[in-house]
Amino acid sequence: MNPTVLILQAHGTNRDLDVAEALTLAGAAPVFAPLNDLRAGKKHFSDYQMLILPGGFSYADALGAGKLLALDLNSYFNEEIATFVAAGKPVIGICNGFQALVKSGILPGGNWGVVNGNLSTTLTFNQQGHFECRWVNLQPISQKCIWTQGLDEIITCPVSHGEGNFQTNHQLLITNLVSSDQIALTYTHPDGSPANGDYPANPNGSLLDIAGICNPAGNVLGLMPHPENHIHPWQHPRHTRGESGQSGLVLFENGVKYAARL
Amino acid sequence: MPIHRFVVRFTAPDPRSAGFLSDAHALGFVGLKSITCQDLYFIEGQLSAQESQRLALELLSDPVTQEVENSILDIRESNARLSNAEVSIIEVALRPGVTDPVAEQIVRAAHELGFDGVQRAATGLRFKVEGLSAAQVEKLAKQLLANNVIQHWTIGEIAPSFPEETQSSGEVEILPILELSNNELLDLSKDRRAALDLAEMQAIQAYYRRIDRDPTDVEFETIAQTWSEHCVHKTFKALVAVAERQLTEDGQTVHRPPSTVNSLIKTYLKAATDKIAAPWVISAFVDNAGIIDFDDEFEISFKAETHNHPSAIEPFGGANTGVGGVIRDVLGVSAKPIAATDVLCFGPQDMNPDDLPEGVLHPRRIQSGVVAGVQDYGNKIGIPTVNGAILYDEGYTANPLVFCGCVGIAPKGKHHKNPQPGDRVIVLGGRTGRDGLRGATFSSMTMDAQTGEVSGASVQIGDPITEKGLIDVITRARDLGLYTDITDCGAGGLSSAAGEMASVIGADIELQDVRLKYPGLAPWEIWLSEAQERMVLAVAPGKLPALQELCDTFDTELTDIGVFTGDGKLVVRYGGKTVLELENEFLHEGIPQRQLSAVISNPLPVSNNQRPAVSGLDTEHWSLLPFKDKLLALLSHPNIASKAATIRIYDHEVQGGTVVKPLTGVEADAPSDAAVLKPIGTRGTKGIVLSNGINPEYGKRDAYKMALAVIDEAIRNAVAVGADPERIAILDNFCWGDPKRPETMGSLLEACRGCHDGALLFGTPFISGKDSLNNEYLGADGLRHAIPPTLLISAIGIIDDVSKAVTMDLKSPGNILYLVGQTVDGGQWTVDGQRSTVPDVPATAPAAYRALHQAIQQGLVRSCHDLSEGGLSVAAAEMCIGGRLGLELLGTLQAEACFAETNGCLLAEIAPAAESDFRALFADLPLMKIGAVIADPVLKIAGEEIPVADLVKAFTGQN
Repeated sequence: MNPTVLILQAHGTNRDLDVAEALTLAGAAPVFAPLNDLRAGKKHFSDYQMLILPGGFSYADALGAGKLLALDLNSYFNEEIATFVAAGKPVIGICNGFQALVKSGILPGGNWGVVNGNLSTTLTFNQQGHFECRWVNLQPISQKCIWTQGLDEIITCPVSHGEGNFQTNHQLLITNLVSSDQIALTYTHPDGSPANGDYPANPNGSLLDIAGICNPAGNVLGLMPHPENHIHPWQHPRHTRGESGQSGLVLFENGVKYAARL
Repeated sequence: MPIHRFVVRFTAPDPRSAGFLSDAHALGFVGLKSITCQDLYFIEGQLSAQESQRLALELLSDPVTQEVENSILDIRESNARLSNAEVSIIEVALRPGVTDPVAEQIVRAAHELGFDGVQRAATGLRFKVEGLSAAQVEKLAKQLLANNVIQHWTIGEIAPSFPEETQSSGEVEILPILELSNNELLDLSKDRRAALDLAEMQAIQAYYRRIDRDPTDVEFETIAQTWSEHCVHKTFKALVAVAERQLTEDGQTVHRPPSTVNSLIKTYLKAATDKIAAPWVISAFVDNAGIIDFDDEFEISFKAETHNHPSAIEPFGGANTGVGGVIRDVLGVSAKPIAATDVLCFGPQDMNPDDLPEGVLHPRRIQSGVVAGVQDYGNKIGIPTVNGAILYDEGYTANPLVFCGCVGIAPKGKHHKNPQPGDRVIVLGGRTGRDGLRGATFSSMTMDAQTGEVSGASVQIGDPITEKGLIDVITRARDLGLYTDITDCGAGGLSSAAGEMASVIGADIELQDVRLKYPGLAPWEIWLSEAQERMVLAVAPGKLPALQELCDTFDTELTDIGVFTGDGKLVVRYGGKTVLELENEFLHEGIPQRQLSAVISNPLPVSNNQRPAVSGLDTEHWSLLPFKDKLLALLSHPNIASKAATIRIYDHEVQGGTVVKPLTGVEADAPSDAAVLKPIGTRGTKGIVLSNGINPEYGKRDAYKMALAVIDEAIRNAVAVGADPERIAILDNFCWGDPKRPETMGSLLEACRGCHDGALLFGTPFISGKDSLNNEYLGADGLRHAIPPTLLISAIGIIDDVSKAVTMDLKSPGNILYLVGQTVDGGQWTVDGQRSTVPDVPATAPAAYRALHQAIQQGLVRSCHDLSEGGLSVAAAEMCIGGRLGLELLGTLQAEACFAETNGCLLAEIAPAAESDFRALFADLPLMKIGAVIADPVLKIAGEEIPVADLVKAFTGQN
């Protein structure tokens, strides 16, 4: 049986169909769950083997991207999501989903995610000062993260965001993320060398070129880029030059394989 | 009730403030040292100090990057404190009634957090400005920081405006019309900004004399809206007397149109579509959008709208709601929106602010606002913006043009427009406010210096997330067969939407049931409001519960406002009392046909409008420049140079279907000819191609040839990426001046005639169209500022296999470059505009495109790019930029021919092994081998060698 995936549809989610296609290709059975259906008890997190928070503009990014969706997660589904995560089931938040995971405190989790009751990490406005849509190159790093485990090839896919700049006000947190192998993906130059903050290889100014992080257990991944938009050969921006790879698909395949083993 | 004031500031320098600083410097505020932008939130309600602290940290700020100062609002005290400060403080807040979605979210989220004492909220901006005199600060506020149309501002602290609570109003005014003289009729039209002429006012008077009573204000406003140019296209349906004919320069007789033309639409546009009779056209001209066949399962729809007048006075909101409006057009044919296009025309960005007509925003500000408005709506609703253009001309300074297009896809046979007696009149989506009143009539008038102030209510800010809810609900309701008719609420609001749906069957509507944003609206305001994000559906009572359930799931409001009756009459009530009762026949057929005269002169007199000077170069000395300087100047010309800065802030990847992206090539910085999409959820290999053609420079000279040229350009662009030339449909969008002037009407008529002939030449039918007339600005100087006659042709085509799509970047050294078509040396349009003969479309073009398409189908073409502005030289340069490869062109190519703008031409890169097959396809058609791709990144052209790095720098402005 293909693992079932719950695709959370918040008010303003818009890459829900994109991830559904990616997950289907990766061998999962996606089910759409509007937030209101979850609130009304028509669907339950616990019935699914994977959870995905797709990209979009929940609540139109009012008061900061992902912020109000994060509030919903904490207000309505705090325990259900905590149980889901604690069970080790794969969770992935992409773009707006990542922003919500960070602003709800689910990511990065661990010791330094919340200090004195305040979140110590954020995804803030891009250094360039505007929304940007362009293709980037990602190096999978974490071997703890079940989504990036065993991957070493560069993943090519688009970013499409205005608030993807990963920052912290706590240096220890960064040290901790590195030492606990929670940095899942980083931005690189096309040849795979680190972006080192160079624009546009690092499109938003994120610390340490961070494109995605996972929780200490490695089952929850959040990332700004959109691997779900590089799952077909013709999506590659240079497919007419003979380049392709569908390199976004491997992340989903990893997650689905892991869920199938649970 | 206390008002809590929160100021949120970044702890480190932030990009938004930096943006304001650079904009201010560009506007000439050179003394400005620094500017800091902060967010203001006002929350009315009972909150303890601890609660307001929690709101500040948990809701209103990002504790990692920001800090918050909160206080109880006390303006007098704080402004007294500020009076001696060295930095100036300017605060900006929205005017009452302007949509403030963030404020709504604050109240909702505060309640979710358990702060039940929160009642109302408002937002604003606070600017700290250093280095300007008091007078300059005021000027800065007006020119950059606030827009008077939607915002108010003060020096110092501002009082927030919450939606005004006024008494509920059921007031209906009776407008005595029966005894009015002709002058008084015209005064009435003017007073109510109805934009009706004497014949139309007389027709209204005659109707009311016949039924022997005076109209209510609701009725009068409804008639004005229904009969507005925007809604009924009276110019395009007018009886036109063609008053004059002329000879061409060489003494030949111009093609003579009949001395009268009865309806431009029927005579030229629909006529072309009817004559072509393409079997794959499913719906043309009748519905909200044109519809064509896609594959066995799906049909695709396409529509382009303009939102020019609103964008002139409030660029962000105008463009924002322009995008929202055209998306609803596509929803109105029950389709899921899958792509957006936008074509924008602005005044020169480097214009001296002192040269602006009074009341006109600076073109730079208009552009940044419009682009931000398109970005905001398209990105948030999740529709990729994949094709467009940006053009600059002084003629657009006071009248920017904002064309918004949208493509939709729907399963076949699911869209119905057949309301049944007893069906309910259902409004879905946003609530109704005083926003956008009289937009339909406003868009049909010439603007003047006061327009911004008087018509402030005509502009709204969009709410894309609410419209996303509409997409979610309507596409599902369609699949479940829950409605019998659907239309969008655009210009004219409920009056237009419900009025149109009831135009045959009749309806009885209760305005008190319409959900309002705030009380106090008069019945006519409710009926005419153009509040955004609303759709009207006809729903059988038995299907209502299922629709309600969908609406609950997707946070969309459903309101039942009446019933379709079956008696053919439109009755509108307020609290049971009839406020409108009109015969459908009078309302929809009673408008007298407009009588207009046209003067056709060929070529058109050349106006004073010139292209913006070629980047700092004097066009007078153009002919003396070395070739290389000419080419680099062209590549960096605003109309040709890279639009990457705009393209990249639009999401062109969402929905995962973008096969050929707006930017392409090795470094993704070269301009694609057209977009190719493979819609998610479709089987097979088919894709959609989107392109456009527009050339106001030709429009100034010869409207007929311009129409042919831009049809050719749109088709050429589509064919270049792989569209089947036999499966392309087009949309027309005319933006013209005041058609009551015979010369203007003459050029409009000529453009329509060109559309007809162009469509027939290529066998390419029109499936929808739109006009925006009266794009003129009566300056405080008493002079008319009109736009160049501008026709946008938007093309939608089919490509059978998206994996065969071709991009314009050079692929491999050793490949051969062919010129499809023929450039004509001499006598043609050149970039300095000195020789102003608009080029003809060669008769061989359709056959050449078919041959090229066959070559693409057979995989013979490695890259392909069309020749447009700047001719062969610019096209070749762009291909080099795309591939970061060089080209060696024939030494025999004359420099002059390299810049000539000709129609029907493309460059195609062919591998040597494929050459003979390629040539065979062209047989007798014009085709010329003109060079070869070389590994050395140098463009060898007209005896010069230009490094590709120089081309890149000129085109992108970057090394």
